[in-house]
Amino acid sequence: MKRFRRILEKFIEGILLSSSTITSLTVILIILFLFREGLGLFNRSPLEHNFIIAVSKQNPVQDLSSDQLKAIFNQDITNWSKVGGVKDSIILFTINDITNYFSEEELGASLENLPQKLNEFIEANPGALMHVSEKYLPKKFNGHTIHVKNISVGDFLFGKQWYPTSEPIPSFGIWPMIIGTFLVTFGALLIALPLGLATALFLAEVADIRLRNLVKPLVELLAGIPSVVYGFFGLIVIVPLIQGLFKLDVGETVLAGSIVLGIMALPTIVTIAEDALRTTPLSLKEASLALGATRWQTLRKVTIPYAKSGISAAVILGIGRAIGETMAVLMVTGNASNVPHSFLVPARTLPATIAAELGEAPYGGLHFKALFALGIVLFLFTIIINLTVAYIRNREKK
Amino acid sequence: MTRKQLSQRIAFSTFTLISLVVVAILFVILGFIIVRGASVISWEFITGKPEEGMTKGGILPAIVGTGCLIVGSMIFAFPVGVLSGIYMNEYLGQNRLRRFINFMTNNLAGVPSIVFGLFGMALFVNYLGFGDSIIAGSMTLGLLSLPVIIRTTEEALKSVDDSLRTGSLALGATKLQTIRRVVLPVAFPNIITGLILSIGRVSGETAPILFTVAAYFLPNLPQSMYDQVMALPYHLYVLATSGTNMEESRPMAYGTAFVLIVLVLLVNLLANLLRKTLSKRVKM
Repeated sequence: MKRFRRILEKFIEGILLSSSTITSLTVILIILFLFREGLGLFNRSPLEHNFIIAVSKQNPVQDLSSDQLKAIFNQDITNWSKVGGVKDSIILFTINDITNYFSEEELGASLENLPQKLNEFIEANPGALMHVSEKYLPKKFNGHTIHVKNISVGDFLFGKQWYPTSEPIPSFGIWPMIIGTFLVTFGALLIALPLGLATALFLAEVADIRLRNLVKPLVELLAGIPSVVYGFFGLIVIVPLIQGLFKLDVGETVLAGSIVLGIMALPTIVTIAEDALRTTPLSLKEASLALGATRWQTLRKVTIPYAKSGISAAVILGIGRAIGETMAVLMVTGNASNVPHSFLVPARTLPATIAAELGEAPYGGLHFKALFALGIVLFLFTIIINLTVAYIRNREKK
Repeated sequence: MTRKQLSQRIAFSTFTLISLVVVAILFVILGFIIVRGASVISWEFITGKPEEGMTKGGILPAIVGTGCLIVGSMIFAFPVGVLSGIYMNEYLGQNRLRRFINFMTNNLAGVPSIVFGLFGMALFVNYLGFGDSIIAGSMTLGLLSLPVIIRTTEEALKSVDDSLRTGSLALGATKLQTIRRVVLPVAFPNIITGLILSIGRVSGETAPILFTVAAYFLPNLPQSMYDQVMALPYHLYVLATSGTNMEESRPMAYGTAFVLIVLVLLVNLLANLLRKTLSKRVKM
């Protein structure tokens, strides 16, 4: 009986242990899946599936970056000498142009003559650059295909253009969103910090117990309101207010996002900062008061310095909350994909981009992978924030 | 009045004033939604299906959907969260493993909800092949609420006086018996409060369900856990931003926001009530 009991206890302990590994497991799985999908963006050709870029045999150009290709298709680059080739003008040939060069009879009913025509075309035009589907490439091709360089991490992070579905070559630069995210977060902090810290000080030092028991649950209630409700409120109330106040064409701006996010980050900052202020030992405060200091002097010279690291943790966690917030920001910032240069223009943030576009991105395509890569960036931000908080708290213990 | 006192008076009044502003913000938001939403609420709104491009009718499918997601996520997250909370507080001392698990749990708590959405889509919808379904959405939401449940369970257990544990052990009870008969009953009110509060969180989350379960428009109620559902927060998002006729569907949006807010308020109220009544009962 006793032995049975012991085995049972060990068994239950095993169940408890395995439950407690689930959070760690989830974090690892999140990393695994984000990277599995997201890194795909960087190790494959940025061209649409099955499409190739082909040039004449004599053309010495072997590879092009996506930026160069984009410039060629936009007619910003019109000469091969600009991309390392001989001096010859570039003749663009895309699948949409074929009827300009060949009649329908020449091509055949199901384009069966197209490969042969491509050969003829490229022989006649040594400066041609063809963008065609791989299946139309002739078996004995009189040219060679161009290797299009993969998107680099640098292009991704610092690229200023985000045109994920543009043809023939998409752009995945997330710089506007990084700036948008930071600008919105920064604005939110400007609002939430003074309000949040003052409220925390009020709760911890000024309010008597009855008032505190009334106010604190109300602040915590702010945290419970779903983010779409904040977004909805922002859309209906704050956005028109900003539009009217600053006489803008659209009210969906960085400022609107900052105000909504600032309100949303309040409870985090208030709760954690107040907890930190309360950790100051009573004996320290009493010693200060006994020396004749006022409560305000004690607060400034004893309590706040003692709770400094806890307060910083509160601020950083508030930032974390603001960076990751999705729905409310999506609803009020207007989602323009330009780099925002003031608080009164529309902007988009990293999470809002994922939420807005993942539904339309074809599964497994470049756009889909790019959104997962955005997820990686977002995840790395949160890891940095958590490490910072852990570091601050550790230092505090020592 | 001396200068010292004056500066204290000014500082403390500022803090009080700002706190009042914060509370006022809360009341403005709540008041706005409740006043505008209450006029929309009717029996038909609660029990009807959306009609005429979601400008008329009700929101029953969204209410049922959110209900399914709450139940689904909590079936998973309640036991796992409470069990790991117990293990961490009762079995692991302040050792390295505990610190590691703590760190990972904190990380999970900090992961933005949209990243949970990406993850849920990649793992449950695509890799495990559940498709957009209640089970995929529930698992995603369950994982998201785990850190909160673990944290509150730990806090609840921590507040149990150690003398109770040592007393029980001294009487010859095993560790498991001590936990089951002594520690858990005392900690129970606080644990249950945490659980109920996490329901509030789950019912309002939008980003994690966008790509794992939420349907734009689906008047039929779900038949199995592999079905898609509408959900209250996503429905509000759709009504507010992308309805076919935004002006006409505004009242529906106010009504949906009202229902969401009332749900959150009720959950908070319930949690507080339970904490009070239950802790009276176990007080020793």
